[in-house]
This record gives sequence, C-alpha cells and structure tokens, in this order.
Amino acid sequence: MAEQKRIDEATGTSTVGHEWDGIEELDTPMPRWWLWTFYATIVWGLAYVVLYPAWPMIDSATKGVLGWSSRGDLAKEMAADARRRAPTVNAIATTAITDLPAKPELMQAAVQGGGAAFRVHCVQCHGAGGAGVKNLYPSLTDDDWLWGGDLASIQYTVTHGIRNPDHKETRTSQMPAFGRDGILDAGQISDVVSFVRTISRQERASASSARGATLFADNCAVCHGAGGEGGRQVGAPKLTDAIWLYGGDRASLTATINQPRNGVMPRWGGRLDPVTIKMLSAYVYSLGGGEKGLAPAAEGAGADGQP
Amino acid sequence: MASPEDLSGQPAPLYEARKGVYPKAVNGPFRRFKWAIMAVTLAIYYGTPWIRWDRGPYAPDQAVLVDLANRRFYMFQIEIWPHEFYYVAGLLIMAGIGLFLVTSAVGRAWCGYACPQTVWTDLFQHVDRLVDGDRNAQVRLTNGPWTAEKVTKRSAKYLIYLAIAFWTGGAWIMYFADAPTLTVDFWTGQAALVAYGTVAVLTATTFILGGFLREQVCVYMCPWPRIQTAMMDEKSLLVTYKDWRGEPRGSVKKAQAHPGAFGDCIDCNQCVAVCPTGIDIREGPQIGCITCALCIDACDGVMKQVGRSRGLIDYCTLDDAATEKAGGTGQPIRKTLTRPRTLIYFGVWTAIGAAMLFSLGQRTRLDLAVQHERSPLYVQLSDGQIRNNYTLKLRNMETRPRRVAVRVSGLPGAVLWTDAGSREKAGQRIELALPADSVTGVKLFIAAPGAGPARQDFTISTQGLDGDPRGDSDTIQFDRPEAGQ
Repeated sequence: MAEQKRIDEATGTSTVGHEWDGIEELDTPMPRWWLWTFYATIVWGLAYVVLYPAWPMIDSATKGVLGWSSRGDLAKEMAADARRRAPTVNAIATTAITDLPAKPELMQAAVQGGGAAFRVHCVQCHGAGGAGVKNLYPSLTDDDWLWGGDLASIQYTVTHGIRNPDHKETRTSQMPAFGRDGILDAGQISDVVSFVRTISRQERASASSARGATLFADNCAVCHGAGGEGGRQVGAPKLTDAIWLYGGDRASLTATINQPRNGVMPRWGGRLDPVTIKMLSAYVYSLGGGEKGLAPAAEGAGADGQP
Repeated sequence: MASPEDLSGQPAPLYEARKGVYPKAVNGPFRRFKWAIMAVTLAIYYGTPWIRWDRGPYAPDQAVLVDLANRRFYMFQIEIWPHEFYYVAGLLIMAGIGLFLVTSAVGRAWCGYACPQTVWTDLFQHVDRLVDGDRNAQVRLTNGPWTAEKVTKRSAKYLIYLAIAFWTGGAWIMYFADAPTLTVDFWTGQAALVAYGTVAVLTATTFILGGFLREQVCVYMCPWPRIQTAMMDEKSLLVTYKDWRGEPRGSVKKAQAHPGAFGDCIDCNQCVAVCPTGIDIREGPQIGCITCALCIDACDGVMKQVGRSRGLIDYCTLDDAATEKAGGTGQPIRKTLTRPRTLIYFGVWTAIGAAMLFSLGQRTRLDLAVQHERSPLYVQLSDGQIRNNYTLKLRNMETRPRRVAVRVSGLPGAVLWTDAGSREKAGQRIELALPADSVTGVKLFIAAPGAGPARQDFTISTQGLDGDPRGDSDTIQFDRPEAGQ
C-alpha cells in the first residue's frame, strides 16, 4: 500500500494510499485539540469507574464510591412522591366519606387513588372498570345495588365484605335453596318464575304467575319486598328491573331459586388501610351508579337474613 | 509543497497543532455591514427575553417564552400548544429552506455574517485587539516570554472572555422562564439546578468555542460547510481572488520598472492578515473560507492606495470568473441574485410561511377529543335504557376562562350528564366552565333507549357561549348489547 501513497497536488497533503475507483483519501493530520478531547474521555471514564458501579464482579458490579444505584434512585423518587401525596392522603383520611363530594379536588384525588387500588385488588372479579362478569360478579357501573350505592354503604361493603363466615360485621344473608331443600316443588318454582318475569315485564300475567304471586308473598316477599322491589338490608336484589346478575330468563331464574349462589366478597378492612378503602369506595361511586343523598344503609345491620 | 520523494523520510505527523490566527483590524463597507449584523443579532439574542407582552392575567407576559414546564410556547401574540408542534416543525423547515435560499443567492453568507460561531468569534477577536493590540502586537505577545505584562493582559482577556461567555449562557435560560424572576432566583440561589447546569455548560462552550477553537469549528466540526460545498454551483457567489488580473504578483516598484510584466496584486498579504480563519484566499475557493468578505475590504483599501481599481478580490460566480478571464464582463448582480433556482427556493419558502400564517389565523382555540369508555362498553340500566361512558378532553387554548355547551346529535332520546350532575336532572345539553389555557377532562355519561342498533355513530359537539361561538365536534360510537345477550 505504501508505494501507492502520493502527494495530492491541490492540497499538498499525502494520501493514505487506498484507492477506490479513483477515489483517494487524504491523510490530513488530526487537529491537536481532538487528541486532548480523546484524553479527556479517558479521564472521564476512569473517574466514572471509580465513582459509579462499573466493573462486573462475580455477583454484582463494583459499587462505586458515590454509592449510587438505580434502585436507590427509585426509592428516593417513591419517597418524594409519598411526601408529595401526603397532604392529600391526610386530608382524605380526616374527611368523612360522605363529605368528599363537597370537596371536588379531594374527591378527584380519591377517585384517582381508588382507581389505582381497584386495578390491583378488585379487577380480578369485578373486571376492568368495574364492568362485572355476567353470572358471577356484579357490575359496579350500573344503577342497581344489592347493598346500597351511596358512599357510606360502599365503604361499609368494601371494609367488611359480604358473607365472610369469620367476621361479625360482614354483610350477610342467605337465600334458601328452595328447590334443593324441597321447600318448593318444581311446579311451584315454575309459578314463582312466571310471577317474577311478570313483575319485571318480561311476560304477560298468566294463571301460573297468579299462583306464583301467592307463593312469592309467602316465601320471597320478606326479603325481596311485596312487589319485588328488593331489600338492601339483606342484599336482596330488586326483581322488577332490567338488571339480572345471574340471568333473568326462565332457566336462569329456575336455577337460582333451586340453588342460589349467595355470592361472597372478601372483606378488605384487614388488608387495606382505611384511606385506600375510602378511595376505593369513591372510585366505585364514581363509575356512574353512585347514589346521592340517600341515607346510608344501617351499618352493622348484620341482617340475619332469613327469608 | 512536499514532493512524493519526501514520503521516504519522516512520516507525516498524526496530529497538527492549531496555527494561531491573529486577524488584523480592517475597515470598509463589508466590515461595517458585519458590525451592524453583530449589533442586531446580539441585541436580539440578549434582549428578546426581556420584551414584555401583555396577555392578561392567565398567561405569562414575556413576549418570547418556551415554557417547558407547562408545555407552552409563546411568541408575541402566538401561543403554541404541544399538539401544534407542527408550527415549530414548519419554522424549522423554513429555516432549512431559508439556508438553501441564502446559499443559492449569496453563497456562504450565513457562515460569513450570521452564524453564531462567526458572530461570537468576531466579538472575541475584537476583545483580543482591545486587550493585546492589533495583529503584530498579538503575535509578539504570544511568542514573547511570560512577563508581568503578559500575565496581566492574558488574565484580563480571559476574564472578559468569561464575562461574555457567562452572559451568553445566562441569556439562554431567560428564554425558558420569566426573565426578571429567573434573574433574581438565579442570583439568590433559588433557581432550578438545570438552570445553573445550563449556564455552566453554555458558558464553557462559549468560552472554548469562541475564545480558542474559533475557525477550527468551521473547518473540523461543522457539517454546514460540507453541505454548502455540495450546494454550491457555478452560479453561486464566492469570494474570489481574480488571479487573471492579479498574477503574476509584484510590488509597485517592480511594476513601475517593468510595465506590463506584473498583475495588479502587489503581494502585500493584507488579505491573509485580515482573514479570521487564517487562509490565503489567493489559493482559490476552500472550505476554510466563510466568505466574510473582510479580505475584499482589505484589498480594496490597498488598491485605492496604489491607485488601481477595486475588486481584485470580490464576490464572483465561477461562470462570471470564466467570462472575465476570457475578457468579457460578468452578469449584473441583480441577474445573479434572481436566477430560477433562487426564485424557486424563495417561492417554496414563502408558500410554507403563508400556509402557516393562514392556518394560524384559522385555528380554533376550543378543541374537543372524545374517548369512549371500553370497559364496560355499555351499562345496562335498571329501567331498560343503556348507558355509555365517555371521557371528554376539552382544550381551552385561549388565555381566558370559557363557558361552553356540550350537545349530542344523532342519538334519539339520549340524555347526558357529568359526574357533577345526575341522570334525574339530565338533559340534551350541558354547560361547562373551562379554566383558562388548560385541558379539562370530563367524565360524561350518556343514556339512551335500549332499543336500537348495537353500534350507532353519533356526534358530540361543543360551542362557545361567550363571544366566539366556534367549537369542535367529534363523531363517536354508542354501543348496546348485541341481540340475544
């Protein structure tokens, strides 16, 4: 290669000796300051290796004299964020849940925080956005509530759960298994189904529904109300509306009366702190079905829920 | 110039120290023009953040402000939101095409007159002359021993460098926050760490690039000279030494002794002495030439002294150079400046500018974006109706609070309410108060009869209720359960 080196006429600079289709490269000397910047990067690199984690060892890298770590950074950021949120969290803690809507900023913060908690603890059953799961878990976004949809009722339900056998204050009730336990025979159940479908305007009145009305008054009205308007003290659903957790067709209703599900919800009082529960309640309330201005359901009404 | 035989001897050095450049002071029309440009550009740079512009109580009163923290860009009466960044992109495109335009019309005029590296280098070179004296004194001082005088002069010079560099770095951050407030915060130690960091970095770069690297930036670092060499053609204006008139060089005495044997160049080296990048323009066009035209001033002055006509070194295109060499006269400057390529660049540049101004005038300052809640898609209500949930994002881009109405059309029987209202009081229309210059998120509930198509498109629209009735609308879907569900 060296023998191909030549002095370029226009610049007076030597070429490096390579040639590609007539294109040659000048061997222009680097500027001296460029060399200095190269040395500067070496100095920088050495300083970095000393100050920061750099050199791979057997189970971790060298620590660096500054003691910096990305995990430590995260911890600092989390602590800073906790400090930032502290005043809001404290304000929510000291505000009665029924007073939250009067303080829109606090309510909004509670809904945000509750949404975050909901996505961790509640979506497994109630679904993203509280949509519920058909035939299994109720939707939290509609305007129909088993145990009450005002803030205080929701908070009570979240705190104490539903049908927790080991908890005195839990919301509880039990719909008898009318079919399985032989309280009503198949014909009678069919009549009750006819009546329920009549009051929910899914069927016209018939002889069967007329018989069912009597049976309903005797067996069901104590919880579900004389007209099927439901009873929140015992979590008895309203039977006259368009919302059916376990289905409103004949087969589903028959199955329910035969052997009710008596759904269970964990109590969160022991697992989540009261502020998180308050925020969760605000979030559920905000999903669209929150009930305003209703007197809170009588708390602690353990409702010995026998029909 | 080395000959190929030299290659057998000492290898060429790998690194080359910077050769000192000590440009001599010069006066002339181009020098005065450069003074004027320096005054204007520095005044714009240092002064702009201090211009006030009243926008009312809901927006800052700084005329030019890049408010990164709040994601707003203010430029006099124009306010740009982040989603309108295409205006900034448009400005950058205009700047790019503007450079093409300038290059096509007047060659490397950006490099020679307006580039910050050129302006600050010029400024620092004036500081050199102020402290050390003109070219010869500077060379003497640099080559001389470290006497008390040299130490004093160097300290004074570097202090002035540092002051200019610090002022330059300090002015930069004023574009990103309220300048008077930031100045007070800066000196009382209350400004953000990033402010101090930025000032430190820019002070250092100004000090190093303006004080020491100077023409090295143009020759080694900057991509623009390379791009320019690709953009130049035979019709581009270049600073040209007219060798057909100047060669062979000879002093005035020699020329008097041998009339007709010598050209106009008296080899006085003034063109080299005044060059801020230290080149010899007589070697022809080269990357180190930023076309600052100071050699034209220097040469014209000498030609006047020796009684020869000006323009031995002058702006000239390669075409004209060939014509003049052959004995003709070049095109008039007006024709050089208005060639088709330049006019096309100018047309494109103007069209983009006009289109941006037009769209700035047409844009509504009330913007609506609707998001349909996906989970759940619809909610069965107890009375048989269906409810869908939406999130409205209402952007009030005016610097005043606004009242707007939100309406629904194309969805029979629909009522709407927000989480502040209730279904019982819901109607066909809601009114909202929007804070000034902000995005408001509103959770909107819409209930409609359960009978209807499973998917129905309808429109949500906003309308200003306070003066400007213009608004925005968005077409979105209303979902119902599929039949059989």
